[in-house]
Amino acid sequence: MATEPATETTLQGPAAWGEQAEKERVHGLGPWRLGLRRLRRNKVALLFGFLFILLVLVCAAAPLWADNIAKTGPTDGHLSDTITVNGEQKNVVGLDGVPIGPQYWKADGKFFLGADGNGRDIMVRLLYGGRNSLFIGVTAALMTAILSLLLGVVAGFFRGATDAVIRTVLDIMWSFPVIILGTALGVALALGGLKIGPLEIPGDSLAIPIFIIGLVYVPYMARPIRGQVLSLREKEFVEAARAQGAGPFRIMFSEVLPNLASTMIVFFTLLIANAVLLEAALSFLGAGVRPPNPSWGTMIDDGVERVATAPHLAVVPGVMLVLTVLSLNVFGDGVRDALDPRAKVRVEL
Amino acid sequence: MGRFIARRLVQMLFVLFAVSVLTFFIFNVIPNGDPAVRMAGKQPTEPQIEAIRKEWGFDDNIFVQYATTMKKVVTGDLISYFTQLPVGEEIKKGLPRTLSLAFGAAVLWMFVAICFGLYSAIKAGRFADRFLTIISLIGISMPVFWIGALMNHYLGFKLGWFPNGGYVEFTDDPLDWAYHLILPWTALAILFIGFYSRVLRSNVLDTINEDFVRTARAKGLGERQIMVKHVLRNSMIPIVTLWGLDFGAVVGGGAILTETVFDLQGVGQYAAEAVGQLDVPPVLATTMFAAFFIVLLNAIVDIVYAYLDPRIRLQ
Amino acid sequence: MSTPPSGEPLLTVDDLQVSFATEEGVVHAVEGVSLSVGAGEIVAIVGESGSGKSVTAMTVMGLTRSPNAHFEGTAHYKGTELIGASEDQLRRVRGAEIAMIFQDPMTSLNPVMKIGDQIVEQIQEHEALPDQQARERAVELLEKVGIPRARERVTNYPFEFSGGMRQRVMIALALSCNPSVLIADEPTTALDVTIQAQILQRMRELRDETGAAIILVTHDLGVVADIADRIAVMYSGRIVEEGTLDEIFYDPQHPYTWGLLGSIARVDRPRPERLPAIPGMPPSLSDRPEGCHFRPRCPHEFSKCAEVPPLEARVEGSPAHRDRCWLTPDEKREKREVETGQIGLEHKPAAEPA
Repeated sequence: MATEPATETTLQGPAAWGEQAEKERVHGLGPWRLGLRRLRRNKVALLFGFLFILLVLVCAAAPLWADNIAKTGPTDGHLSDTITVNGEQKNVVGLDGVPIGPQYWKADGKFFLGADGNGRDIMVRLLYGGRNSLFIGVTAALMTAILSLLLGVVAGFFRGATDAVIRTVLDIMWSFPVIILGTALGVALALGGLKIGPLEIPGDSLAIPIFIIGLVYVPYMARPIRGQVLSLREKEFVEAARAQGAGPFRIMFSEVLPNLASTMIVFFTLLIANAVLLEAALSFLGAGVRPPNPSWGTMIDDGVERVATAPHLAVVPGVMLVLTVLSLNVFGDGVRDALDPRAKVRVEL
Repeated sequence: MGRFIARRLVQMLFVLFAVSVLTFFIFNVIPNGDPAVRMAGKQPTEPQIEAIRKEWGFDDNIFVQYATTMKKVVTGDLISYFTQLPVGEEIKKGLPRTLSLAFGAAVLWMFVAICFGLYSAIKAGRFADRFLTIISLIGISMPVFWIGALMNHYLGFKLGWFPNGGYVEFTDDPLDWAYHLILPWTALAILFIGFYSRVLRSNVLDTINEDFVRTARAKGLGERQIMVKHVLRNSMIPIVTLWGLDFGAVVGGGAILTETVFDLQGVGQYAAEAVGQLDVPPVLATTMFAAFFIVLLNAIVDIVYAYLDPRIRLQ
Repeated sequence: MSTPPSGEPLLTVDDLQVSFATEEGVVHAVEGVSLSVGAGEIVAIVGESGSGKSVTAMTVMGLTRSPNAHFEGTAHYKGTELIGASEDQLRRVRGAEIAMIFQDPMTSLNPVMKIGDQIVEQIQEHEALPDQQARERAVELLEKVGIPRARERVTNYPFEFSGGMRQRVMIALALSCNPSVLIADEPTTALDVTIQAQILQRMRELRDETGAAIILVTHDLGVVADIADRIAVMYSGRIVEEGTLDEIFYDPQHPYTWGLLGSIARVDRPRPERLPAIPGMPPSLSDRPEGCHFRPRCPHEFSKCAEVPPLEARVEGSPAHRDRCWLTPDEKREKREVETGQIGLEHKPAAEPA
């Protein structure tokens, strides 16, 4: 080819055009940049992503509201107190046991969303409860993600006996009914707390629901991760790295892990959503956050009992919960579409 | 086929064994788990507790306790620590209620999800698709006990359209049976409708772009025939699998919340109550019952899958 | 080599244009393709991927279904207009009048349907035939395309066949309603070389038996050397040269065709050190050069090439041999000569045995 005289003109003259095209194709956008671009175009997903951040910020600001506006704490009862609404004295909890409904600004922001059966300010509890629910959700999701990644990668990479053991454990966990297991652990641990050596966790600690939720979802995430590692290690680029003399650790960190990243991100978002839901379910069954500590789950539990007389007790925390989970689901969905349109990640309660 | 069933039976026994061991030991090592103390009442004296211990065999070696408990599970003589009622009888009483709930909900969610998913896929990217997607996402974002309680309150109590709780035997009056179950079915199905219609939508969209669908079109087939015989038929295979697994999961504990909020008194509610009291025999039995259904449906799904997709061989 | 039968063309494509609206702007996949095929004739469309050859074939069948696609031009089949025809009209033509064979036999058959059922489905779509007879026809068809023990195999699923056998099933499927036109889109690309030859052989025999017209879409000139009557070479959405098999192989006019011919490995010639390739890359669909699309890769580019050369007959005495290159036939012969050693051109032998 090089000896052919015409080649030179090909490369210099208008041929630069073809060269340019080639360069563009080779150095096109990386998967992350491409994903980000696609995500930016998905306005709905972004909108819900911002909604989630907003909800987090609002809940984080709970003390501000409690100290400056409501002037009460999340666990302070006002059973026999009265408040002034438009110059009129009103019982926080009526003589018939029915708590006061939403007052909005009529009482200067006190009992903004009404009171519950113990005369506690629902708005304050809602914000503090959100803090607890979100904290549990995020931390438990983090725990699940780390455990799953560890188990999945170890099983998928070392295969053989290690894999068989991990797979069996995951299969057994999978066969356990999630809610029965979670509730049983929750009830048991809440009674006496947890003592592991010097570490002592009291029964009303948030660490207990976090631990339970974080554990229960592990098989749902570790199984797909393991599968992905198994298929990744058969891929040509891992083969190529191995042929170049890369050891198992380098292959793991520079070849396999980066390729799990998009799955992990999608999973993590959806896991938070599911963890928040499971916290609510456990609290509903009396095995999540311990009263009087607020969480959206315990508040819904309280509200469901009184739904006939004061439906707002159930509606308000439920709406917050649904908004939070929905925003995470929509955003997570958008992230999945953007990062890996063909991925079939399944997370369920 | 015979070998497959044999293998699965062995596997099932192994899982049941593992689940029973885990459940039993978890409840025996947890702090405050001593049933004798809690059974003895509010202010028990030491001799009272001791007597209960003796009577129920709590002072035996834990392995002996496990063995005797498991023997009772097999013979059906398991008795609750707290209500003193036979566990087997209670589960038997709850089973038709749980199965009625799970079965009806499963049919409902499958049917609605097929309609939603297919329509969404056909209208992909358009308003109808986006609308259904948001509806589905809202569906999977709602706690079942919350929407259940609200439906019960507003549709059952306030508007009086549906009965407020209660259960009627199918054999007594099938219509009344369904009428009483409409709200629980709907509440339980909402989550799955959201989930399934999204899975089906993406499966259909994947399948529509398959080469064999193009072939079907090149054959001159009509759009309806292409959608039903080629697209839907192939997209449904993974959904049917999910369906079986989820049915097993719902019977095996997934219906706890729905049963509790609608006071259906099925196996799930029984389990929830037992768990709340740390009543080991019913917890053990319901956990094994749940695991049994989960594993059973897993095996059935594998057989059905091999039937639906001839490329799969049972092993 | 059979001579192209004369007579009315069955299928005539005239100035077909297909464009897609994409995020990066409008992409012109096909820019004014004209083509015709008569009964018993095998016409090959040759070009590399992205040249628009498959889109042309799909569009004729109404299978370019993107909502962002825009069509212009016409495609007449026996007096019926296919471009812009309703789904109902197209359905009557598809499978019955014009049938198609696709590239990848591994994915082109429904994996969970018995092959017999897939053939029966097509037969019954177009003819009111009872199950038993339709099934009988399916068995005959499978026998005809050379599937051993066809009567047993008819109840097998696609995954139980090898790639070559599946492509035979695809051909049986395509032939099941005696179509007048068969469009084969890269029918042998996914197959082993030995299987390729068998499939092509089978297609030619079927043409001889049934008198169907065949449009063979391929990227490989070597594939068509044996069986095509006429060849259209496509590059970047346009036909750059068309003519009879002999005209294209022995007197190629367009530098792109020279390049294509040069990159065929030939056993009847001393082996070059390296099989030559055309330098550069085909232009991206959204950003094509002005004038002749091949200009940036062409070693003989000159000022006139900034204008689009019309597709017209330039060689004296060969009215059907048309090309899109501004060079005169003499210039072409001269320049082609320079590269003879490399692209493997030679003068047409004085006498070609019929």
